[in-house]
Amino acid sequence: MEQSWRQAKGLFLTLLSAPLFWLVVFFIAPLSIVWLYSFGQNDGLVDIAFTGTWSNYAHAFSPLYLNIFVKSFWIAGLTTFLCLVIGFPVALAITFASDKLKPWLLLLVMLPFMTNLLIRTYALIAVLRTKGLINMGLEMVHNSVNGMTGGALGVFEPLALLNNNFAVVFGLVFVNLPFMILPLYSALDRLDKSLLEASLDLGAGHIRTLFNVVIPMAGAGIASGILITFIPALGSYLTPDLLGGPDSQMIANVIESQFKRANNWPFGAALSFLLVYLTFIAIAVQGVLEARARKRVA
Amino acid sequence: MTTAIKPRKMPPAPLEYLRRWPIQAWLIGVTIFLYGPLLTLMVFSFNDSRSTTIWKGFTLKYYQKALTNESLITAFGNSLTIALCSTILSVIVGAMAAIVLWRFRFGGKTLFDGALAVPIVVPEICMGVGMLVFFAKVLPWPQGLPWPLNLGAIIIAHVSFSFPFVAVVVRARLASFNRELEEAAKDLGASDFRALMDVVIPHIKPSLIAGALLAFTLSLDDFVITFFTAGPDTVTFPVKVYSMVRFSVTPEVNAASTILIVVTVLLTFLALKFQGSDALTAGHGTEKK
Repeated sequence: MEQSWRQAKGLFLTLLSAPLFWLVVFFIAPLSIVWLYSFGQNDGLVDIAFTGTWSNYAHAFSPLYLNIFVKSFWIAGLTTFLCLVIGFPVALAITFASDKLKPWLLLLVMLPFMTNLLIRTYALIAVLRTKGLINMGLEMVHNSVNGMTGGALGVFEPLALLNNNFAVVFGLVFVNLPFMILPLYSALDRLDKSLLEASLDLGAGHIRTLFNVVIPMAGAGIASGILITFIPALGSYLTPDLLGGPDSQMIANVIESQFKRANNWPFGAALSFLLVYLTFIAIAVQGVLEARARKRVA
Repeated sequence: MTTAIKPRKMPPAPLEYLRRWPIQAWLIGVTIFLYGPLLTLMVFSFNDSRSTTIWKGFTLKYYQKALTNESLITAFGNSLTIALCSTILSVIVGAMAAIVLWRFRFGGKTLFDGALAVPIVVPEICMGVGMLVFFAKVLPWPQGLPWPLNLGAIIIAHVSFSFPFVAVVVRARLASFNRELEEAAKDLGASDFRALMDVVIPHIKPSLIAGALLAFTLSLDDFVITFFTAGPDTVTFPVKVYSMVRFSVTPEVNAASTILIVVTVLLTFLALKFQGSDALTAGHGTEKK
């Protein structure tokens, strides 16, 4: 049983001091300043005046920026969907692997996840470039077909795989896939396996068991996997920056340019907080879904 | 003479998904997807050519180049120093937060608990601009401080996003602690503080190590927040690699990246050694029903 803090004031205050100080001064304060800035406007070159204006938010809803928000949503949503489709069979296989194999399979998923994000993104550049591995492989196939048929396919045209929206989605799936697999595994592993066996015994196929038994029961875990993948994907900066083209900017890239290049901090602040609000809304929605799922089970 | 009964290959049981070929093929495909790019990166760091796609022969010259590139070495040293300092601070602050939440009832506990989760969920870019503004307007970090003091701003930023993760790991471990042990220590005359240091801390030691390795990896991995906090003379390894990548794709970057990948893999294995492989299955892999 927890102790009331009054029974050991000294210890309580000592233990609370550092984390509370750090959280307030080095996390809440910086974000609060950004929040205040989002209601301010540039005053001269360096100063920012707090005027309580909503114009930054209004600016963020102008068609140009609204478009970028919609696009970021699309990209993050597509990434999440692909991660779910690709990751689900993997999570299923890990769940039903033998005890000996299981840690190794999980390690297989986790290792890339521990590797530096920048390095992983960089590695993709070499694969996707015009003279990258995929195009080289395609060219080899192309040329050998050409050799056999006497040039029926014509000159090889490398696919444009880098610096476009395809590359961004590909990169985000590559980077975020472990985020999806791990919560899915943790949800599937908690399922009562005898129910699955019952369903299969009673004549349902694997696909039907999946949709009628597994997904309804693991719903909350699937939702949390979706959330854990969607939030970082929505706010990703590095992947669209390095792999994307001129038209694949996402919200984070606009925020960065407002702070570092355009020097319009109030507007950048408003965009940042819109992203924070979206994150909180996503978490709240997930919380409501989870509570509902729990009620259904109870 | 008895003939040995040849074990007949059993068809897979209904739930042995791992023995079905579509799932096997899928797993292999995902493994290639996840590892292919990284392995190519590592292989081509040994390539005797500027090209990172055509194999020309084995060489170590890009390692030599990377290891004699002074700014790259400085950046690497900065990254390790930052990771080390922020890990020590994160473990202390994170463990304190975990213990205070586990041990005490107090007004505003839910609020504190909730606020502690915010750094984990808030998008990196937002935290990055927060740090940029904070160190530009509120606490301008003096320029030209001697090393490693000039890294202070980045270390502070890294602790801010790492210590809540440490707190989560430590709290999970504290949940399995039998509170009666601490009471027994106090009954035997130990003060609150002694009981904490001699009874609770030894119990959570594995989680402290795990938390430390997590904080270290997070710090070493971070690009976005550092990008917004770093000044021109405080370049970290990811920031340096970023500027090199923007410039061109060279085997030198491959060599430097390979070194970092090897470091990360070693750290991960070390973490698992301390926690046991149960840590991977989060305890529910081996439990008997």
